[in-house]
Amino acid sequence: MIFKTATEMADALSKKDISSVELTQAHLDRIAAVDGDVKAFLHVDSEGALAQAAAVDADRASGKAMSPLAGVPLALKDVLAQKGVPTTAGSKILQGWKPPYDSTVVAKLKDAGVVILGKTNMDEFAMGSSTENSGYGPTFNPWDLTRTPGGSSGGSSAAVASFEAPLAIGSDTGGSIRQPAALTGIVGVRPTYGAVSRYGLIAYSSSLDQAGPFGRTVLDTALLHEAIAGHDAHDATSINAAVPAVVAAAKDGNVKGMKIGVIKQLQGEGYQKGVQTRFTESLDLLASLGAEIVEVDCPSFEYALAAYYLIAPSECSSNLARFDAMRYGLRTGDEGGASAEAVMAATRDAGFGREVKRRIILGTYALSSGYYDAYYGSAQKIRTLIIQDYAKAFAVADVLVSPTAPTTAYKIGEKIDDPMAMYLGDVATIPVNLAGICGMSLPAGLAEEDNLPVGFQIMAPAMQDQRLYQAGAALEAALTSKWGGALITKAPALQGRPSALPTMSKGGAK
Amino acid sequence: MALNYDEIIAKYDPVLGLEVHVELNTESKMFCSCATTFGAEPNTQTCPVCLALPGALPVVNEKAIESTIKIGLALNCSIAPYSRFARKNYFYPDMPKNFQISQYDEPICFDGYVDVEIDTDEGPKHFRIEVERVHMEEDTGKSLHVGGATGRIHGADYSLLDYNRAGIPLVEIVTKIVPGTGKYAPEVAKAYVAELRDILRGLGVSDVKMEQGSLRCDANVSLMLKDATELGTRSETKNVNSLRSVERAIRGEMLRHAEILETGGKVKQETRHFQEDTGLTRSGRSKEQAEDYRYFPDPDLVPVKPDAAWIETLRAGLPERPSIRRKRLKEQWAVPDKEFAAMVNADVLDIVEATVLLGADATKARTWWLGEISRVANDKGVDIAELAITPAHVAELIKLVASGELTDKLARQVVEGVIAGEGTPSEVVAKRGIKVVSDDGALMAAIEKVCAAQADTAEKVRGGHLPAAGALIGAVMKETAGQADAAKVRELLLKFLGQ
Repeated sequence: MIFKTATEMADALSKKDISSVELTQAHLDRIAAVDGDVKAFLHVDSEGALAQAAAVDADRASGKAMSPLAGVPLALKDVLAQKGVPTTAGSKILQGWKPPYDSTVVAKLKDAGVVILGKTNMDEFAMGSSTENSGYGPTFNPWDLTRTPGGSSGGSSAAVASFEAPLAIGSDTGGSIRQPAALTGIVGVRPTYGAVSRYGLIAYSSSLDQAGPFGRTVLDTALLHEAIAGHDAHDATSINAAVPAVVAAAKDGNVKGMKIGVIKQLQGEGYQKGVQTRFTESLDLLASLGAEIVEVDCPSFEYALAAYYLIAPSECSSNLARFDAMRYGLRTGDEGGASAEAVMAATRDAGFGREVKRRIILGTYALSSGYYDAYYGSAQKIRTLIIQDYAKAFAVADVLVSPTAPTTAYKIGEKIDDPMAMYLGDVATIPVNLAGICGMSLPAGLAEEDNLPVGFQIMAPAMQDQRLYQAGAALEAALTSKWGGALITKAPALQGRPSALPTMSKGGAK
Repeated sequence: MALNYDEIIAKYDPVLGLEVHVELNTESKMFCSCATTFGAEPNTQTCPVCLALPGALPVVNEKAIESTIKIGLALNCSIAPYSRFARKNYFYPDMPKNFQISQYDEPICFDGYVDVEIDTDEGPKHFRIEVERVHMEEDTGKSLHVGGATGRIHGADYSLLDYNRAGIPLVEIVTKIVPGTGKYAPEVAKAYVAELRDILRGLGVSDVKMEQGSLRCDANVSLMLKDATELGTRSETKNVNSLRSVERAIRGEMLRHAEILETGGKVKQETRHFQEDTGLTRSGRSKEQAEDYRYFPDPDLVPVKPDAAWIETLRAGLPERPSIRRKRLKEQWAVPDKEFAAMVNADVLDIVEATVLLGADATKARTWWLGEISRVANDKGVDIAELAITPAHVAELIKLVASGELTDKLARQVVEGVIAGEGTPSEVVAKRGIKVVSDDGALMAAIEKVCAAQADTAEKVRGGHLPAAGALIGAVMKETAGQADAAKVRELLLKFLGQ
């Protein structure tokens, strides 16, 4: 059952062919069997998940009306607060912290009866593209355990790709859902900024962060998208409008007459040959399905990466100031009458990893008086130019496309000492975040040179998320029929090494 | 030789700058729904948002925006059609996020003014204080530093933090520099804060209690030589917790600056703390290494874009301006200039008006509040509003005197009883057994007794020397324990002595 899609699981649950407790236990067993290799989870909440599953089963037995995903298990990125469950954002500075409240996403998942299996690994505070910046060690790509599953939501993508969970929640600040989806051969969507509440999402860069869904199919992803989206009075930047009909669009995959714009700046040099080949093939396929392919020019995209690495660190330098040992989380150096200031400094020094410190320092510098206009101010101007580029492009195309990432999954350790090389991996995903629009990555096949998954990115204007699903479902159907089955089924079987993680009981991580 | 105040004024021009922080009296905090009750148990009015738990987000309290716009309108400001919140970044344990949500270069209200009038030897003088901006921000928590000599963070053994106040909406009202007040600088500063307080009270947007910190004034002052073209270096005095302290702090700083300048020194640009007991200031945080707050627009909040029609609705609903109200009350109550100035100075207008609205005679109400009751408040060193006596009590008292049930003298005893917490005037009268002796028989007995005891004096009155009657009347009053009506005693006494 764990190898089925979430849609099939939901169907089996509604027909009472299987109980949520059985389904949840099957996934917990899978986690126990393979997570020692994959290390997708930071915390498995067996007890909480089984209790939630039992409650869903009871509700269903009593004849209550159930949400579409009721009883289906899910893996939650550790960046989202879940009441009473350890939440660390991948950082040592939050080790052992248990939120006294649920993030809005978690509240919505619970309302929908989605069973939360546990918290997945991530780059510390979502800063990174490989999960290697996690304070708790990296996650490994189920396709090749020597490689990264991408990041920062690498734990979530790896969990879905290794059948530890049919669905997962990630967060995407510069590509942190789409890039790991691409590198693990699954579907990931970054919804329009403001479409999913950020309340309870531990902030990295407030103006760029957005939680979103992972699934193994476009339809599965749409079901999860619909479950978590919607206006929230607790988030001032939340959009007060109807949720786009993404599930309906995913069921109606159709690109006939759709204008698809290929962004000139997001291909060619710097893109791995196999990535480019699969991308071009997919384009041809879309054309054969009746889409009209046009090329669009987005000249400002050249500066997107630079703008991102000023805006995100600037915001994070302020967002992460609250981790000061005063109210929660790690506290070190509190001895011998040390001043509050000294304790703050010692704690932040001990609790934050290298990449987090690097970005805090960068952002502090960029915001400081005398540099603000040159750095933060200029970056905001670029942001405006990128929004204008998109507006022009969307005037001639319904959706825009590119490869999701320039390369397939790279080796753990390969880029960890070269931040610039790693940052370049986000070149195709970052413009979406800067413009606040939506994007999807779905599998386009395996690169012939390394047999690793390639991601195909689709972008749509703000609050037109349904277009992603409409185009994505059409491409997925065509590719699946060409391959004779979903790409993920071609992943090498995991040998299975038991998880080193203790399965969780009430007392928290042991 | 240090210069005295007049010599300082002859040589230097003081320049003022006033920053007033007002805690709004909204039911909930600026960015979350926590309660704002003053004096609640520490850390009972907190939530994930105002404790800055990971993931929590602020959402603006619309009521706070409304109050701020009302303040801006009442201070003759322009209201920005678009303004933003900014983050002011610095680390301090009582600030949960380690940044304060404030407004930086885009305040919601700007370019206003407040007119004040002060009473001088040369008659009333008018000053216009220009307001640069009115902006919204959130308050910090409170630190209590335990141990150490100073009660400050340095040297303390440990500190306790109370986040109840964290996130309470604050409005900051900043003046432009105020030159040209000369020797009246301290009084002008006080009058400005008093006027602001009255305006804010009239708007009903704040408790404006300086002693509880719901209205706080940071007083900036500098001295410049009369012929100078550049401003002198200013100091900023915090912890100024009463109107009187505003005046004392400015005066004290003028004297301190002058002394430094006269001895060839340089005034340090710094924050100073006012000491209520000595009237002096002590050095606080030096501003020489100006802190870099790294302001930037808060990405968690959306711009404030008040609807123009809404602003006009708020403008139309503004209450009467305090200056206009004062003029009206002065006329209605027919109060002479000097007395009215005394009423304003003693801050009894509201309470007198409340008493009059309960049916009391305006002159009598004024006399009670400005006289006996003010005197008690002064003796006790408390604000008149803190006494147990209310406008209703005074109105009742005036009624009792008018109906002849109490004499003025007895009424003073009743006031004392009410202030002592013995109840309403009627209750005090009943409890203390106070009553006017109006029984002619009892009075006559006392008169006869007194005239017999002081036969010489009685004889003088009988002979037509009326001033001598005073001593006899006094003795009769004493005999009746002050419960007699003096006029009645006089009438009966003179009749008894054939006058």
